[in-house]
Amino acid sequence: MSIVVKDLSYVYSQGTPYAQTALENVGIEIREGEYLAVVGKTGSGKSTFIQHLNALIKLQSGEIRVFDIDLTAKKPDLRRLRGTVGMVMQYPEYQLFDETVEKDVAFGPKNLALPEEEIRARVKEAIELVGLKYDEVKDRSPFELSGGQKRRVAIAGVIAMKPRVLVLDEPTAGLDPLGKREILALIRRLKETTSPTVVIVSHDMEAVAEHCDRMAVFSGGKILKVAPPREVFYDEALMREAEMDAPSVVKVAKALISRGVSFHNLPVKKEELVKELVERRGR
Amino acid sequence: MSVRFENVTYEYPGEEKSVVAVKNVSLEIADGSFVCVCGENGSGKSTLAKLMNGLLTPSSGIVTVDGETTSTESESALFAIRSKVGMVFQNPDNQMIASIIEDEIAFGPENLGVPREEIGERIAYALSAVGMEEHRHHTPYKLSGGQKQRIAIAAVLAMRPKILVLDESTAMLDPKGRAEVLAVAEELNAQGITVVLITHFMEEAVRADRVVVMSEGAVVMDGTPEEIFRDREKINRYHLELPVPDYLAAELRKEGFPIPEKIFGEEELAEAICRSL
Ligand SMILES: Nc1ncnc2c1ncn2[C@@H]1O[C@H](COP(=O)(O)OP(=O)(O)O)[C@@H](O)[C@H]1O
Ligand SMILES: Nc1ncnc2c1ncn2[C@@H]1O[C@H](COP(=O)(O)OP(=O)(O)O)[C@@H](O)[C@H]1O
Ligand SMILES: [Mg+2]
Ligand SMILES: [Mg+2]
Repeated sequence: MSIVVKDLSYVYSQGTPYAQTALENVGIEIREGEYLAVVGKTGSGKSTFIQHLNALIKLQSGEIRVFDIDLTAKKPDLRRLRGTVGMVMQYPEYQLFDETVEKDVAFGPKNLALPEEEIRARVKEAIELVGLKYDEVKDRSPFELSGGQKRRVAIAGVIAMKPRVLVLDEPTAGLDPLGKREILALIRRLKETTSPTVVIVSHDMEAVAEHCDRMAVFSGGKILKVAPPREVFYDEALMREAEMDAPSVVKVAKALISRGVSFHNLPVKKEELVKELVERRGR
Repeated sequence: MSVRFENVTYEYPGEEKSVVAVKNVSLEIADGSFVCVCGENGSGKSTLAKLMNGLLTPSSGIVTVDGETTSTESESALFAIRSKVGMVFQNPDNQMIASIIEDEIAFGPENLGVPREEIGERIAYALSAVGMEEHRHHTPYKLSGGQKQRIAIAAVLAMRPKILVLDESTAMLDPKGRAEVLAVAEELNAQGITVVLITHFMEEAVRADRVVVMSEGAVVMDGTPEEIFRDREKINRYHLELPVPDYLAAELRKEGFPIPEKIFGEEELAEAICRSL
């Protein structure tokens, strides 16, 4: 297990008339090497949950353990935690601040108190990993770059810390189709190289169906189910309760099932549906 | 005709080099139509939108709204054009100024010099058109993204525009918010308002009468959604993404399934697949 969460609850503005419960008894074990999607409608607690994973939000009640780091401890080792769990916030390009791309990306590793040389090497590696040319962009202002490039610089700043777990809050929101594809491909690549465990918050059910191993379905601050996409999207009661929309492929498959077509393997990906139908016709 | 572009080029002046954002575009947007504009980031969509209501004026060529040029010296003529062509942008949080929704909506008509009594009527009309009447006296801060965008649309509607331009107004919303905004746009179009919807979501383009695709400042495709979706080679070249049902239909056709050209949504596709199994 890379991350174990037990009985996690959180209330914003606790003890005031504005108190707002955001999480209620959330429990989950995030496996090392998995690609987990955190899904649910807006306000269901997704962002509050993931911000707990690297202590951007202070634990109020419950337990969280990240590998051997215990967040319930009096003084958890935050520096080591932030080097272990890399967090890419929503619209991270709005958080770029430094005058050059190189300095911006170096901010995280500097906080890890690494030797100067190591920092430089990591910054270069991270910039290249996100698909930008180090020599071309390092001295440029991040503000001159295109939206998609800015987002990649922001991600580079996180992966330069070489986190074992990469957490991203709606990483493709607002991008054009090519930008989306590039970011999803980048996350795949990072998963295979620097950060084997990936947690993404997403409303893009097509992308979740294509890429993720499991989904954690949030509703009203609780986790309703943690399961592979196939077991989530075909669970009618769950989908209704979480007010979620199935990916298009699943909608087509459900419409076929209601017309008497049966499937060996319930499809969630485009090629799965096409393959099932071609095989069926061949029989 | 409502908006007409004739050989329009727009160049952003720059210190070192200027950027030609719109290149020799000729285009006519018919009264009452629902037009979708797609294309990669940086292809010139927002510049095109700003040329439609005189926020920008052409470097060369001419843009007319109801026959009046946007390149006018007259303040009052420009004002008339701006109130005819209403714009809603991407970020719902950057568009609110007032702390009470009704004041937010009143802002435009007040600037137009609309009499007090009539402003009240316009607020009521605009809020009911977007289904937000019960929020009239509330603050906008607590609204969801979709609700904020509906208020932004209402603020534009209070100017009684003929044309509504939505520049990626659904991009930052969750699926529910997107559906809300689209439903409002379709309803307004049904009532006769011309809608120009700029979007990356091809599922949204399915509903349009016409899809215009931009690339590097030029219009590179222009046709009905079916005509656009049929051209896989260009869809790939301009980095567009087919709506999933249309993608599946194309893949199944390749495998020899007799799926008709025009497929609208998942149910129709399932129907066609059943007939061919
Ligand atoms: N800073 C905050 N102050 C008060 N309430 C908040 C704050 N951030 C989120 N909330 C509330 O907590 C709940 C969960 O929000 P959030 O974790 O942002 O959900 P999601 O990411 O799924 O949209 C919502 O009811 C939201 O309004
Ligand atoms: N204010 C500006 N100054 C200089 N260049 C700009 C400005 N706004 C946009 N551009 C440039 O004009 C081109 C078209 O931009 P835009 O119309 O915003 O495209 P889109 O909306 O399709 O992303 C891009 O190359 C962009 O960088
Ligand atoms: Mg969130
Ligand atoms: Mg734009």
